Amino acid sequence: MNWKRALLTDSGGFQMVSLLHLADITEKGVTFQSPVDGKRMLLTPEESIQIQNKIGADIIMALDDVVKTTTIGPRVEEAMYRTLRWIDRCLAAHQKPAVQNLFGIVQGGLDPVLRDICLRGLVERNLPGYAIGGLSGGEDKDSFWRVVAQCTAALPEDKPRYVMGVGYPLDIVVCSALGADMYDCVYPTRTARFGTALIPEGVLKLKHKVMASDERPIDPTCSCMVCKNYTRAYIHCLVTKDAMGSQLLSYHNLSYMMRLSRDLHTSIVEGRFPQFVQGFLRAQFPKGDVPKWVCNAMEVAGIDISACCAPLTSSQN
Amino acid sequence: MRFVVTKACGGGGRARAGSLYVGCCPTPIETPCLLLSTRKGLPTFVSPDLLASLPSPESRLLHVSPLHFLECPSPRTISNIGGLHRMLGLHECIFVAAPRDSIESLPESEGTNKLGPSFETPCGRRLVKPKEYMDMISSLKPNLWASLADEVPAWVSEKRNKTSVDRTLRWLDDCLALDLESGANTLGAIVGGSCVEERKRCATEVAMRNVSGFWIGGFGLGEGMEERPALLNAVTDGLPEKKLRQISGLTLPEEVLQGVAAGIDLFESTYIYHLTLGGFALTFPLDIVERDILHSQLSDTGSDCTKINLRATVYRKDTTPIVENCSCFTCQNHTRAYINHLLNVHEMLAQILLEIHNTHHYLAFFHSIRKAIKGGKFDLFHQRFMEGRRAYVTSAVGCS
Repeated sequence: MNWKRALLTDSGGFQMVSLLHLADITEKGVTFQSPVDGKRMLLTPEESIQIQNKIGADIIMALDDVVKTTTIGPRVEEAMYRTLRWIDRCLAAHQKPAVQNLFGIVQGGLDPVLRDICLRGLVERNLPGYAIGGLSGGEDKDSFWRVVAQCTAALPEDKPRYVMGVGYPLDIVVCSALGADMYDCVYPTRTARFGTALIPEGVLKLKHKVMASDERPIDPTCSCMVCKNYTRAYIHCLVTKDAMGSQLLSYHNLSYMMRLSRDLHTSIVEGRFPQFVQGFLRAQFPKGDVPKWVCNAMEVAGIDISACCAPLTSSQN
Repeated sequence: MRFVVTKACGGGGRARAGSLYVGCCPTPIETPCLLLSTRKGLPTFVSPDLLASLPSPESRLLHVSPLHFLECPSPRTISNIGGLHRMLGLHECIFVAAPRDSIESLPESEGTNKLGPSFETPCGRRLVKPKEYMDMISSLKPNLWASLADEVPAWVSEKRNKTSVDRTLRWLDDCLALDLESGANTLGAIVGGSCVEERKRCATEVAMRNVSGFWIGGFGLGEGMEERPALLNAVTDGLPEKKLRQISGLTLPEEVLQGVAAGIDLFESTYIYHLTLGGFALTFPLDIVERDILHSQLSDTGSDCTKINLRATVYRKDTTPIVENCSCFTCQNHTRAYINHLLNVHEMLAQILLEIHNTHHYLAFFHSIRKAIKGGKFDLFHQRFMEGRRAYVTSAVGCS
């Protein structure tokens, strides 16, 4: 790829389970139907690590048994224990521990007891970093933040915490407040391909007819190449119709995410994180209608956002 | 805009080298040159920041079709933004506006009537009248623009062909009447189909108008390669030496060479676009006059040494660049194997990398044409190139 910067590879597990409709998980590994020729194939923890060793990324992920958060019953417990057994197989198969950092993934669904067992198991193995997996799959936000909070509380302070599959800017701000460090998500580029731009106020739907005559840049506060050179009107005529539209919007959305990360980082370093969060929420919720789950999460995180939330007793009385 | 012929081929040949000076571009464009095709003003795949990595100033000459903006933005919005250069963030690029783009604005002669030419576009069939067209031109503010033409396929009747010339001349006058610059940036459109007399008549008539150059249309619509030189010469015969000549519809290298031989300066070509979509990368050698290539080698892939198809499985593990020593971004940074992989997993990066290489290579082809003209060796270059292309066909036949 001729990429000289940092690289992270996933194990392939999630992609198989989410993208292939014929995937079967056994103790050996994940059996699936090859998308190329339909042949039956098996991805084991050993093979996943071997492939990741060959690719040579700086951070590699263990193969975990991941279930949808909406799953209930004994399957969740089975997946959690299997994940722990597989992490040992991954560690044994890992050829380059000195240059490639193998992260373990905390599973356990939405069950705090299962999560706790998994957390202990992984922390015991003293891994270079930890991922919080099994989230961002349709669970309600209230359950989502509680799992993240539980994990960040139990994971070591001096190792990275990576919330997989997150996500929306709001989710990233909340998870960061709860002590997470790393994220990955298709959202910025996928939403760009559908004509949606990320801005401090939330989202801007460039496809909307009203954009056809809007001569402002996507985001006047953004200094990316797209916002410095193009108007909403021009981008409107490209989106969903031309490859260049997807490119330009993706470029802006990724710039937005990088700016958000940089701002989060700097505000923490400069000791004004709560103010940053307040500013962020005010831009997204100018009427003060911050969702309850965010308020609850911020309370647990120790961030005072009362200034951004509309008072409960409004002038309706 | 200023155009100067710097070298005429002489010896009966019409090929010439020239220099095109346009205000916004700091260095002159040397001709014969290629216009890069665009979609709504930007290249199809190469993003504006990567456009800077292509050779300058040749890659700053862009063809734009006003018909791409039929739906949006409105001429009013485009005017408010400040025209093409502001809207696209390409302040040093030279934009030549011509309605036909051979990809998604196709002349549709059956829908054309006396009021204006008809085109097949993604928004359906559209008739464009001179007034509407000039509204778009005045809001887009391209550096040069071609007048409206009634382009007909090679097989129409004599009567229809003659009508196309009459209409094209009338629309030129209509456009000029509405032009605030009085023809200073106008390329008068010339048609005439496959009839030498009509071609001559149209060219002579357009040459009498106060235009700064000529846009030659109606080619690439069914005429044969053998009949083309006579038609091209019939056009350039009727045109003043000193003014710029641009042509649409000659896309392949062989066709471009025909145009150069007839004295054409600028070429609109969709070759790069079609190559890129097909997963092809140009590989043909550029130093033809220096080398003596009468025997080309057939490789295992059955390719003809003009281009390779990177979808072929033979490139799965090929860690060489598309062309050794090519200085384009793609060849300097990536391998055939990587592009093969990108094509297999349907990543847009494949098209971006291919468009960069193909543009670079085709621009280099034009550079070697100019070099041959300046060295007085264009006819030899033309001949050698055609022999090289035919060699693989004859050697393939010999093998069977």
